[in-house]
Amino acid sequence: MAIAPERPRIYEGTRIPAPIPTVLQVPDDVRASGDVLQVNFGPNHPSTHGVLRLIVDLSGEEVVGLSAVIGYLHTGFEKSMEQKTWWKAITYPERIDYVGYQNNELVFVLAIEKLLGCVPPPKAQWMRMLLCELNRIHSHLVFLGTSALELGAISMFWYCFRERDLVLDLSELVTGARMHTRYFQAGGLAEDIPRGFYPECRKFCDWMPHAIDDYESLLSRNEIWLERTKGVGLLSADDAIALGQTGPNLRASGVDWDLRKVEPYLAYDEVDFRVPVYHGGDVYDRYKVRVDEMRESTRIISQCLDRLEEMEGEPWIVDDRKYVLPPRHELQTSMESLIHHFKIVTEGYRVPEGEVYATLEGPRGEYGCYVVSDGGPKPWRVKFRAPSFAALEATATCMTNSYVADLIAIVGSLDAVMGDTDR
Amino acid sequence: MLVDVAAADYLGWPGNDERVAGYIGTHDGRDLNNPGTGGLERLPEPKPKRFSVSYHLVRLRAGAARVRVQVWVDEGEHVPSVVDVWPAADWHEREAWDLMGIPFDGHPNLRRILMEDDWEGHPLRKDYPIGGEPVRFSGEE
Repeated sequence: MAIAPERPRIYEGTRIPAPIPTVLQVPDDVRASGDVLQVNFGPNHPSTHGVLRLIVDLSGEEVVGLSAVIGYLHTGFEKSMEQKTWWKAITYPERIDYVGYQNNELVFVLAIEKLLGCVPPPKAQWMRMLLCELNRIHSHLVFLGTSALELGAISMFWYCFRERDLVLDLSELVTGARMHTRYFQAGGLAEDIPRGFYPECRKFCDWMPHAIDDYESLLSRNEIWLERTKGVGLLSADDAIALGQTGPNLRASGVDWDLRKVEPYLAYDEVDFRVPVYHGGDVYDRYKVRVDEMRESTRIISQCLDRLEEMEGEPWIVDDRKYVLPPRHELQTSMESLIHHFKIVTEGYRVPEGEVYATLEGPRGEYGCYVVSDGGPKPWRVKFRAPSFAALEATATCMTNSYVADLIAIVGSLDAVMGDTDR
Repeated sequence: MLVDVAAADYLGWPGNDERVAGYIGTHDGRDLNNPGTGGLERLPEPKPKRFSVSYHLVRLRAGAARVRVQVWVDEGEHVPSVVDVWPAADWHEREAWDLMGIPFDGHPNLRRILMEDDWEGHPLRKDYPIGGEPVRFSGEE
């Protein structure tokens, strides 16, 4: 997927600040004028999307300097995971990006599977895909609701959270938990898909396009929304690539790059979907990309349902007792199953020595997981490539020539989750 | 495009005989929380130096292979910064410095990023203990 040749220039040259790419420094002549006011936004500010702190230099209403301070939500997940057995560590990634939890869980599980060299059965692949797309919708709904709320469109928040609740209900139906499901195991799924999930999910797929129509009718031609988002927070394709942007932020800048298409994982090469790409590189296009992605995700979910219904009765996890818990009922009758169960639960399974980098296209872009194993039952090193971390690196570039009111729109449009940024 | 910079500490990596540090962050003797580390079936490859820094690169073209460039350093050794080449490396290198204590030469703003500015030590190092830091308002402060 090369950069589209007819791509219009968003602006000439580069806007990445120098010498520090993530800090917008006050120009000397503005500083000399003496009319610069330093304002501290956050870390507890209702419109910074979590505990993000921005130190902003203002000349009038114009932002002339900006630096972001992160780390307020640093919880040491990566250190904690080194102390847990592989199968217990699966609970952690969901709490790192707590909005894109299913995708973050999957990327860690994919890394383990890459080291184990195991391929989950088709039913697990398709169900993972379905849940990840549901989670993408969930994440984009949170983005849409909160960023619109920050710009004053409070009704959007209620509409978006209404549908978000439907997604959480589905999540609860399948996994027993509304968020942080821990449903993906190395080798497949933790449990079979419950009866009754398919019709409920179909209802959701039928409803969702109408809901998205509602959102668009509220926003896409809303004069205030357009004024606040069109041409605001520009980021050119070259700058986006230089700053390591991925996902919707990159596609809003005109770069057709989606890992589901270019490096298909699960069964993404077997479903039909479109990758929305916009060329404006502004807040509005970042919003459009996400709204269009919700429509595409709904289509993917319908296709997954079609396939899953044909797979009724098929296994949902590989049958390898070295790292998959034996079925519960066997524990009553089989000595070997009891031993395997005991070994996995107390000691954990061993993962062969090696280092891998697993990756997937999550709602915020490229979720990556670099894992080192020494052959023991615990990970030696886990490093998450956090898309929100990379997204916030672009804040200073996007804020060039902007006003302080745009700051809220721009930070919201980059869609950073602070849990993911700070880990 | 630079996707990620991942630093790892191999202090105590089994096979690096002169560097074996036992169970990291735990007491000597039997460790109930760590039952599996006793008998590894196969000793992993020794590592050339203590730290590795892995740069994950991707070319934005379908089918292009991902590349991992790995740099090995020992305590006190420096790595040249790549911020001039990939601006995205700015925060990634700061994170590697903050959590792993790997200094990058030529970085324009090498400060702590996730931990507080006056934090002592580099938490993701293997010789950095788990627990032991004072917990505020706990009565043990």
